[in-house]
Amino acid sequence: MRLLVNGEEREVDVEDDMPLLWVLRDELGLKGTKYGCGIAQCGACTVHMDGVAVRSCQVAAATAEGADVVTIEGLGSPETMHAVQEAWVEHQVAQCGYCQSGQIMQAASLLDTNPEPTDEDIDIVMGGNLCRCGTYPRIRAAVKTAATKLREA
Amino acid sequence: MGRLKTIGRRSFLIGSATILGGVAFGTFMAARPHENPLLAGLGEGEAAFNPFVKLTSTEITLIVPHADIGQGVQSAQAALIAEELDIEVEQVKLTFGEPSAAYYNTAFAEEALPFMSFDDRSAVETMRGVVGGVLKMVGIQGTGGSTSMPDQYEKLRMAGAVARETIKAAASQRTGVPIGELKTANGAVELPDGTTIAYTDLAAEAAEIAPVTKVALRDPSTWSKVGKPMMRTDTLAKSTGTQSFGIDIELDGLVHASVRANPRKGGELIYFDATNAETMRGVQAIVPVTNGVAVVADNTWRAIQAVNAIDIDWGQAPYPPEMDDHWAKVAASFVEERLDDEWRADGDVEAALSDADVISIENRAPYVAHQPLEPLNATVLVTDGAVEIWSGHQMPRFVQQQVAAVAGVEAEQVKFHNQFSGGSFGHRLEFEHLKQATEVAMTMPGTPVKLTYSREEDFLQDFPRQIAMSRAQGAVENGRVTALSLDIAAPSVLASQGGRLGQSMPGADMQIVAGAWNMPYDIPNLRVRGYRVPELAPVSSWRSVGASHAGFFAENTLDELIRAAGADPMEERLRLVNHPVHRTVLETVAEMANWGENLGPNRGRGLALVESFGVPTAEVIDVSVTEAGIKVDRVCVASDVGKVIDPINFENQVQGGVVWALGHAINSEVTYSDGMAEQTNYHAAEGMRIFQTPEIIVRGLENAEKIRGIGEPPVPPAAAALASAIFDATGVRLREMPFNKFMDFV
Repeated sequence: MRLLVNGEEREVDVEDDMPLLWVLRDELGLKGTKYGCGIAQCGACTVHMDGVAVRSCQVAAATAEGADVVTIEGLGSPETMHAVQEAWVEHQVAQCGYCQSGQIMQAASLLDTNPEPTDEDIDIVMGGNLCRCGTYPRIRAAVKTAATKLREA
Repeated sequence: MGRLKTIGRRSFLIGSATILGGVAFGTFMAARPHENPLLAGLGEGEAAFNPFVKLTSTEITLIVPHADIGQGVQSAQAALIAEELDIEVEQVKLTFGEPSAAYYNTAFAEEALPFMSFDDRSAVETMRGVVGGVLKMVGIQGTGGSTSMPDQYEKLRMAGAVARETIKAAASQRTGVPIGELKTANGAVELPDGTTIAYTDLAAEAAEIAPVTKVALRDPSTWSKVGKPMMRTDTLAKSTGTQSFGIDIELDGLVHASVRANPRKGGELIYFDATNAETMRGVQAIVPVTNGVAVVADNTWRAIQAVNAIDIDWGQAPYPPEMDDHWAKVAASFVEERLDDEWRADGDVEAALSDADVISIENRAPYVAHQPLEPLNATVLVTDGAVEIWSGHQMPRFVQQQVAAVAGVEAEQVKFHNQFSGGSFGHRLEFEHLKQATEVAMTMPGTPVKLTYSREEDFLQDFPRQIAMSRAQGAVENGRVTALSLDIAAPSVLASQGGRLGQSMPGADMQIVAGAWNMPYDIPNLRVRGYRVPELAPVSSWRSVGASHAGFFAENTLDELIRAAGADPMEERLRLVNHPVHRTVLETVAEMANWGENLGPNRGRGLALVESFGVPTAEVIDVSVTEAGIKVDRVCVASDVGKVIDPINFENQVQGGVVWALGHAINSEVTYSDGMAEQTNYHAAEGMRIFQTPEIIVRGLENAEKIRGIGEPPVPPAAAALASAIFDATGVRLREMPFNKFMDFV
């Protein structure tokens, strides 16, 4: 099956029902997307499909065929960060950092559809992304900073 | 001096080898330096002045002795070395210390001894020195107990200073310029004429001279890094998905494994039928392991699918199968035979209570899971007589020993590569997953095996925070608290953990009463006793360990007495507090929260002060009563750690500790049915999410004599401060966690 990941066509030989998460991690070597729960309870595996944030543990490989899949590696790199990643660095959001790929992908998607989110908007949209270290106060602040950056860009 | 007398016949925390061993060997052995583990790996022209700094002609490596489980210790410890070495952390390579006695942690001594943190009598300091010496001698290498900063605060600066002075000596030798005229900055030696020589350029010469050991540490007023806001060295990688964790390890020929062990922990595997799993795509092997079975496949998901397809018959648990029996065992432990120790006996509690209207109060704390977001995993490669292992773990030398025992090799034949961990909270103090991965790898020498737990397996195999209960009797008079007898019953978490390492833990367990026995108050009649519940479900250290239950019990009980006395929670604590550092913490948080202001209707404010790991931490919590339930509006935290290393990370750690504590106090518990944990994924045990998170305002104070760590101290006061606030708002006193069993929360 052919998948479009971070702008590249990738050929994979997997079961139709293998979750996209594991295709990305174990078949394509894109380790920035994390396994946390496998049942859409933590958001660590969040990627974009056709611009929308999805839990890749719940997307069957066959469903992703034909879609434009973007992972944290495709959002930006250490040299050319996305505005959300820049904000995450400025606020030093991460502690253990394991959930942050998913948080960043979710935040980028939020700001794509809602350039000026209120506190309540942030709480609702980011509510599915679990951070066991408790970096939520910084996530709120970083989302707002990123919103400003994107508006001014 | 009662404690000083009894301590001779007791040992604490680290096991039978420690205090007794220390007394036997005296200070001679403890003073001997450990071999520098870096020396073995040095090439020609490379220098390692101590276990923490390595210099070659191309790079400088700083070796961080502690494990980074999200607390940012790699960054902070590198800064301590760099401060004296005169180098920027961007110019160096950072690695974790390999398993070696040279990375011993003496700061565990503080928590191992039953003295008040501020007790600086010389006999007490001597005792701490003895235990610290033993920890050094046996080479206890560990991360935990908020010890990373106290353990390394001086050691790492000294390591940096020794390296700097040795490099200067090499530069002096080459140039003929006296050492006193040389300066250092940005990883280079500066000559009086302004020319510079990079440290790396001096590696070969520095390697030839003996390290300069007579160096003085700089005055803190001259520091350019420590104490100032820093950019954590892992921030960029963790914001771009490029930080590699244990679960991300890639090696040539790597295969993937997953395991199911008996969820009735300690019970046997009676029977399994893997017929269905064997034919599933990608499955390479079915491997029985201790009390369980693993599947090896070519992809993690395939391994998890296949292991879940195995039909298994599990044996019974060695503990009561149902939760009610666990609570019954705890409740039945408040008896003389189970008295672990009387830890505090001020005044005459019996007499004071006999003349008073006694207020009886019972509090409970449930089992709680750790569940950091990165599931437990380990990658193991077995080759001829040697084992390599990649995983994130808090106890590197124990990893070596445990894996060696499974593999049947000497500990020195186990090479452990510590990895950044996706959280721990105490979860990565355990060894089952490492041993299982080793058992699997033993069946396929030469092939690296990465074993990853499914989230469900991780929940089922989690050794939770200990269950606990307190029973108190108190008295109040004329608006004051006059007497408190606080009895706490819990299984010994240290005995449970030690037992899994094959170590007995003789003596009383201070963690049963941690944060309670040392409450910083002069209540005229105060008694704190610990009762040891026989081991039930096996338990493990959970962020703040004993203080997570005992700190809650102490402050929730005291708060109930204060309110019963009709006193103001802040004023009464200020009247009772018995140490100036703790008083300032209370006064600071009162000022931050504007204590005493009128909050208006449907609102409440609560307070708690707990000292844990030597750090007095006070929290004021504001709540609102809404139609959807209780809303936690704001938390103010004041905490005194002696010295704040990095104010940014400090704030992040405190906020995270508060979120951790409140999330579990409100929402989470582990219950057992049929011998198995009933919660198997985050929908049933999620801690806190962003929409419940209050505003959290943090202030770090630096009045205490000694430097302390901040990973755990923000946790213990939070649940009690919340219960206090909810009482203030509603008149209902919550005495059992999780609170959402009794009340709705927004």
